[in-house]
Amino acid sequence: MKAFAQLFLSLDETNKTNEKVRVLKDYFLSVPDSDKMHMLALFTGRRPKRPINATLVRTWAMEMAHIPVWLFEESYQVVGDLAETITLLLPKSTSSSNKTLTEWIAEINAIATQTEEGRKQWLLSSWETLDTQERFVFNKLLTGGFRIGVSQNLVVKALADISGLDAATVTHRIMGNWMPENYQFADLVAAEGLSDDVSRPYPFFLAYPIQETSEKQKTAGELQVALGDAAEWQAEWKWDGIRAQLINRNGQIFIWSRGEDLATEKFPELHPFLKALPHGTVLDGEILSFKDGLPMPFNVLQTRIGRKNLSKKILEESPVALIAYDCLEHNGEDIRHKPQAERRLLLEQLQAATAHPDIFRISVLIGFNSWGELAEIRGQSRSMIAEGVMLKRKNAAYQVGRRRGDWWKWKIDPLSVDAVMIYAQKGHGRRADLYTDYTFAVWDGDKLVPFAKAYSGLSDEEIRKVDNFVKRNTLEKFGPVRTVKPELVFEIGFEGINYSTRHKSGVALRFPRILRWRTDKPMEEADTLETLKALL
Amino acid sequence: MFMAKKPLLEFTDRGIYCPVGRFYIDPWLPVDDAVITHAHSDHARVGHRRYLAHEYSEQVLRYRLGEIQLQTVPYGETLMKNGVQIGLYPAGHVIGSAQVRVCYQDEVWVVSGDYKVDDDGISTPFEPVRCHHFISECTFGMPVYRWKPQAETFAEINNWWRKNVENGLATVIVGYSLGKAQRVLQNLDLSIGKVYTHGVIENTNEALRRNGIALNPTHRITTDLAKEEIRKGIVIAPPSAVGSPWMRRFNPYDFGYCSGWMSIRGAKRRRAADRGFVLSDHADWDGLISAIDATGCEKVYLTHGYTASFARYLNEIGFDAHEVHTLYGGDELTAADEEIAPTQPPPEGEALVPDDESKVLPSGEDLGGAGL
Repeated sequence: MKAFAQLFLSLDETNKTNEKVRVLKDYFLSVPDSDKMHMLALFTGRRPKRPINATLVRTWAMEMAHIPVWLFEESYQVVGDLAETITLLLPKSTSSSNKTLTEWIAEINAIATQTEEGRKQWLLSSWETLDTQERFVFNKLLTGGFRIGVSQNLVVKALADISGLDAATVTHRIMGNWMPENYQFADLVAAEGLSDDVSRPYPFFLAYPIQETSEKQKTAGELQVALGDAAEWQAEWKWDGIRAQLINRNGQIFIWSRGEDLATEKFPELHPFLKALPHGTVLDGEILSFKDGLPMPFNVLQTRIGRKNLSKKILEESPVALIAYDCLEHNGEDIRHKPQAERRLLLEQLQAATAHPDIFRISVLIGFNSWGELAEIRGQSRSMIAEGVMLKRKNAAYQVGRRRGDWWKWKIDPLSVDAVMIYAQKGHGRRADLYTDYTFAVWDGDKLVPFAKAYSGLSDEEIRKVDNFVKRNTLEKFGPVRTVKPELVFEIGFEGINYSTRHKSGVALRFPRILRWRTDKPMEEADTLETLKALL
Repeated sequence: MFMAKKPLLEFTDRGIYCPVGRFYIDPWLPVDDAVITHAHSDHARVGHRRYLAHEYSEQVLRYRLGEIQLQTVPYGETLMKNGVQIGLYPAGHVIGSAQVRVCYQDEVWVVSGDYKVDDDGISTPFEPVRCHHFISECTFGMPVYRWKPQAETFAEINNWWRKNVENGLATVIVGYSLGKAQRVLQNLDLSIGKVYTHGVIENTNEALRRNGIALNPTHRITTDLAKEEIRKGIVIAPPSAVGSPWMRRFNPYDFGYCSGWMSIRGAKRRRAADRGFVLSDHADWDGLISAIDATGCEKVYLTHGYTASFARYLNEIGFDAHEVHTLYGGDELTAADEEIAPTQPPPEGEALVPDDESKVLPSGEDLGGAGL
């Protein structure tokens, strides 16, 4: 664990990409293979199950630190991270331990079945033997949210350097349904890949925005310069659902979401068509709720995400279908290197052959002859219940990760209203101890009605100013939330708006964020609930 | 006839006031008589008619405030003002920082100013002063703030510097120009190399030297200094230099930030410093409690920092603690605030650039994380 804690510390101590890669390589070269795989699992989101729930971890930490509950909670507000809060509050350790990361994770997995008293004794004595930095990573393992200041790309780069494999191969091999207990480092870096994991998805190819913000609208001329001839491109609607990869290998089916969650059981409607596909087929597409042949807004789909049990009611109210974008594997062959147009033909053949065309849909191509024409079509996105359009170069391969060049997204401009900040809460991580999470309201007669929460869109400089305002203009405190003197006006952007019975305002927004601080507007000139509802 | 006794010190909208002695302590609006705990800009402001401060603060005050009418006293010596006895006692915060002891008819009040209880090797170490009423700061009044011994931190700093020299990187260490800069200077391992200073810091060093304070040798950075030479040494810079063209000219460099806020990962990441060193001139949680306890006071008033939480905790463990509202806390009020620039214009070519963190944030990397 000392090496792992040091890795974490060293990564924290530099902002330079090359240095981070060097630190990662040093780690890989200095620890046993099983530790390498455990580290890789943690860095790719494969955490051990929580053996002790967070409330008990907190309670026992408070006991050991002799801190009252309220002070613990306020400390957490200051630090913005549970694992770190506990680390900072515990008294200094009295002994040390040389257990490896593998041994610690084995203990964590084993302790889950113990009695509460047994778990408590284990936790307290573990804390006793770990130094500050080890405690921090240990608490991270226990409490979850293992976010590290390093992207998966860097880990892949370090592994690629060490193994001599290319980065795309490494990215592919660390995907899928593996656990460190059943995946050997030697297999991961073997020159010839072993394809024994039938569930393994391919890395998703992701698009960059062609237009960074709505203030920088792209003209047809600019697109011509940036992308070349319109005839070299295919355009599709950009659907707002769950991006997914659907696999049928040897008759076994798997559905992966982009967050690398195995979501096969969440979409039973998709099973029949998927099972009927030729073995050795992998599709890329978007899962959406559909009714009467029309896609429904994202919030309908949202009602069934995260549910453990899909009740009959939910399946009736929010039935899903797939809009297929691409075919990545055909007859058991990885065809990602083939040009877009060729893959598209194979996809069309598969879709034409399905007995379930209502469920296995295909993303229709938008016919257009010039960039100007496409710009006009993009304007109709909202009525199509789409987020904008996608551009794919007809001769492009299916690549790995977010890449510039061959795939672009061209989203529609967000809707927006001017709203007044009325509540503020402290942020987490690098925004800890700063008021960065705000609730906004619009006028309903002479009352301000809250309608959205947003915590992004301001510069650090602006955050500092708003934080200062909040601290000096607090009217009331409710736990971590402060009621703030209504005064500051912000332009709030969002992708969509729907009726909601769960919100006081009667509306729910999709992706609300701060577009800008309207220092020029007095709060009396903020928008009204009426204006907001007119956007429905 | 019985009349409720007026308190010896009051909290007014000009600052802490002694109505009997007719003087203020660290007032933030212009007054006739101001007793100054230390020379940081949130405590020592311009515009007062007469100043009283510790003798080690003299030259820095004159450098920062210009022409002022200033009387100085050494630690422990008392003087009378309108029948009220005033004495200055070491606060251990920065060179010349003092707690102000005010005594009238056997009633004793102490105003801490800013303080730390650990000996930093350069400021006269903190001395607890017995009193009835103690007016204390609590910048770091949360239990998550606990400092390790400074020897450990300076071992880290010196190792980091040594490694940078080996790797051919310039080393830039950032800390407040009065206090942190000299504390760092006096604790560096000068066998590694020379110490170079930003103009603002060198001006402060010169003021202190005029005051008879012996500081290690430093070299003011000028445009004709060779980059290769600077790379063998270490640069001490104020927070305002972070991300400025002045700092960028040392490229490639590694920069370390010294502050108590660096003990929280989030604050450290926000700074986007290569290294964050936990080093504060304020008392930590245990230091605050031990200092307050050592005064034997009946009442404690908390002026700035985590006043609400700390007051609540003190009350729970048996003190009579109160929050008061002041305008102190400019130097380390929040992890986001910055040092206020001195009033004198900086030397040419070293214009103070306001800190703009957005400029020094690496794009993407810092915000992403492999949690995915």
